Amino acid sequence: MMRSKAQPRPSAADRTGASASTGGGRRHLPRPVLVSRVALGLALLVLAALPLFLAPYPIGLAGRILAFALLVVSVDLLTGVTGMPTLGQVAYFGTGAYAAGLVGIHMDSSAVLQLLVGSAAAALLALLTGAVAVRTSGIVFLMVTLAIGELVHRFADSFAPVGASNGLAGIPPISILPGGEPLELAGFIYWWVLAVFLLGMAVATLVVKSPLGRSMRGVRDGEKRLHALGQQTYPVKLAAYTIAGGLAGAAGTAWVAQTRFFSPGDLGFDVAAFALLSVVLGGAGTLWGPVIGAFVVILVRDWLSAYVDGRGALMLGVLFVVAVYTLPRGIAGARWRKPLRRPRRTSP
Amino acid sequence: MTGEELEPILRLEGLTLRYGALTAVDHVDLSIREGARHALIGPNGAGKSSLFSVVAGAVRATEGRVILGGKDISSLNESGRARVGLVRTFQHSSLFLGVSVLDNVRLAVERAHGRPKRPWPMPRTDRVITEKAMSHLGAVGLVDRCNALCGALSHGERRQLEVAMVLACDPRLVLFDEPTAGMSAAETQRFSELVESLPAEITTVVVEHDLDVVFRLADRVSVLAAGRLIADGSPDEVRADAAVKEAYLGKPRSAEPLFGGIS
Repeated sequence: MMRSKAQPRPSAADRTGASASTGGGRRHLPRPVLVSRVALGLALLVLAALPLFLAPYPIGLAGRILAFALLVVSVDLLTGVTGMPTLGQVAYFGTGAYAAGLVGIHMDSSAVLQLLVGSAAAALLALLTGAVAVRTSGIVFLMVTLAIGELVHRFADSFAPVGASNGLAGIPPISILPGGEPLELAGFIYWWVLAVFLLGMAVATLVVKSPLGRSMRGVRDGEKRLHALGQQTYPVKLAAYTIAGGLAGAAGTAWVAQTRFFSPGDLGFDVAAFALLSVVLGGAGTLWGPVIGAFVVILVRDWLSAYVDGRGALMLGVLFVVAVYTLPRGIAGARWRKPLRRPRRTSP
Repeated sequence: MTGEELEPILRLEGLTLRYGALTAVDHVDLSIREGARHALIGPNGAGKSSLFSVVAGAVRATEGRVILGGKDISSLNESGRARVGLVRTFQHSSLFLGVSVLDNVRLAVERAHGRPKRPWPMPRTDRVITEKAMSHLGAVGLVDRCNALCGALSHGERRQLEVAMVLACDPRLVLFDEPTAGMSAAETQRFSELVESLPAEITTVVVEHDLDVVFRLADRVSVLAAGRLIADGSPDEVRADAAVKEAYLGKPRSAEPLFGGIS
């Protein structure tokens, strides 16, 4: 076995090298890629067509799910891709939401402007807090991010300019561009939220496919090994943290665009816990898995709970226990993937 | 090889490592010329691993200097030393198990030739990185495993992958920490061939228990005992050295298999 591999095989190198680098471009797509592209196209079609079928309340729910899903993706970038389980993304989610709301009230109702300001504010806060937080790892990092989330929560709870514990109310309806027509219909707002979600997913996908994404997975699988290769891991972790913070901020702006109200309760510990739960449920490390996890979590909490006497959280607990036993690698890791062997990580 | 008259690639000056009262490495002076196939041996507890850690930068020396190619690198940490060309391997394979074999090498290539922190993909640049990574995989014979998950490799294959990653770092000097520990005879053979086939300009230092491997690979052997360097010379000189024999044989309870099979 070993000796048969002694000679390098240039022909094999060309073949596998080419397919690995072009991702199977012009030629025949491998079947799994084809299947997943068709599935992705169908999912996009369904998501875009939802306002044509659903009543305003379910549409609002779908929009909130999408905003929450983007928050979950930002958690997954840290937890699943970089191996840094976090409870602090709600802080940046809230920062984005409050920043967008303040812009809406005091400056302009343009959703594009709110998105830019909200994401930038969240990314900046993530850069500043991350500079300290990413020096730690594992359970300590989890606790530090929990503290960051709680600090921002407490601050929002007592800071008058954002409405303190009453929440930030009176946010005018968004328009797409500055001075544009305000969007009143739930369907149009939903499409804006969908656009933000898709933009965020695109950013996350690009980052994951980039050299930085590879370095992030390197941090997850062997930070010491990365050191030995000559790479400093602190900038990698800080970059990941900042990008994830910006995405969480974008999710916050999308959230507030439809609720037009944001209170400290929207960035409480339970939201952070649900986000982490969605990642675990969906399958940490993939991006689409946690999105499905977010759908399941919000549907169970907000929709199914109406049928079980408002005990949504209890249902989630049951769901989580069942999922841990039946889908140890999350929805994304179920059956249709070969079991992967992975080194033990600190699990939340 | 014309390295004799040149500045040695690696020079250790009075390198000392103390853990409290225990002196693990005791004033080690050592020069390794460029292109050498150097081996570091010694009985259990001689301080080989400690010396290895200090040279690799994993542990800061208590005293003394580490000089690579005339440049004092004592103050650099592990990643800094890797960037100036002093690259180590790990005793227990330490790879990125959750990503593909190709990605493992790409991580190394990216650090040496690319921009490992660029947060967006660039197909053309990334293809160059991939081609470099594939050529390193070719050099160790792992091309047909490039898409496998690293965690699915056998122990020997992981060792081959380690070598590919080390090569991808453009090293001037490679430190191997007991590379054949836990390998089957065939894997050891394969690994020895691999190290022998490394380009001559790459200096290798092997810390090794398996003396067959040492005397096969090394053109120079240093012997460490109780933290001190007790012998340094060609394999034949070391084999004949009285102090070395005492270090290995002199202790009544020493159970090390000796040079019996070779000399």
